[in-house]
Amino acid sequence: MSPLHLCLLLSSGLFCIGLAAALTRGNAILVLLGIELMLNAANLNFIAFWRFGGGPAATGVVFVLFSIAVAAAEAAVGLALVIAVYRHRKNIRLQEVNSLRG
Amino acid sequence: MLFPFLIIACLTLASAAVAMMLRNLIHSALLLVLSWAGIAAFYLWAGAEFIAFAQILVYVGAISMVVLFAVLLTRPSRDVDLPLPAPTVLRIASGLMAAAMVASVLLTAVLATRITGGRSHAPNLTVKDLGALLAGPHAASLLVVGVILTVALLGAIIIAAPAPAERPEDQP
Repeated sequence: MSPLHLCLLLSSGLFCIGLAAALTRGNAILVLLGIELMLNAANLNFIAFWRFGGGPAATGVVFVLFSIAVAAAEAAVGLALVIAVYRHRKNIRLQEVNSLRG
Repeated sequence: MLFPFLIIACLTLASAAVAMMLRNLIHSALLLVLSWAGIAAFYLWAGAEFIAFAQILVYVGAISMVVLFAVLLTRPSRDVDLPLPAPTVLRIASGLMAAAMVASVLLTAVLATRITGGRSHAPNLTVKDLGALLAGPHAASLLVVGVILTVALLGAIIIAAPAPAERPEDQP
């Protein structure tokens, strides 16, 4: 088993932990953190392929830089939404925030 | 060469898994910070030092602070640290089943792939090269990311700001 395999297994594990958290937890902040974990797992794959793959020299690193910047923007907007929901309903349990449900 | 990687992988996976199982939100957030630091350690191990420090700055430094502020601002009660209510069994079972299915697909895909070729040592990429790339071929993307960050910041302020009538300083 090559190091690239091990890196891919690590990132698959992180992705699935994030997915399980986003699907099972009811608290909006924990769901957002699960999504952040999934994004991190994707970044980890980029770096793994940059280090052990045979592609061009810097593409993975540049892509991860942009990905981290977009993830930061996403976290800021997501947590602002959580605070806005809390202000309206005094609660951030996703099961109870259902006014948009069709 | 592989021994540090195994330690980093165990630390990252274990702290992420425990963080997602805990009932106390603050403990979860702090354990996730540990997991993000583990990912930064992985970047260092892989030879991407600049990305490792960007990860530490953005995740361990900034996002963790924003998350902790959000946790503290949205507590149901100010004095007692209430544990979260447990999710229902159906929700846990269906979520875990979906995650396990994705995990099995990913594991079989990774383990069945034969990887040939590839580098044996890290590509030599200095910060100077990275700067030249960002200012040269990727300059347009860098500008777009700057615009996205500005718009996201403004949007976050507008969404999270209280309605004008709620602000105490506006009251006569």
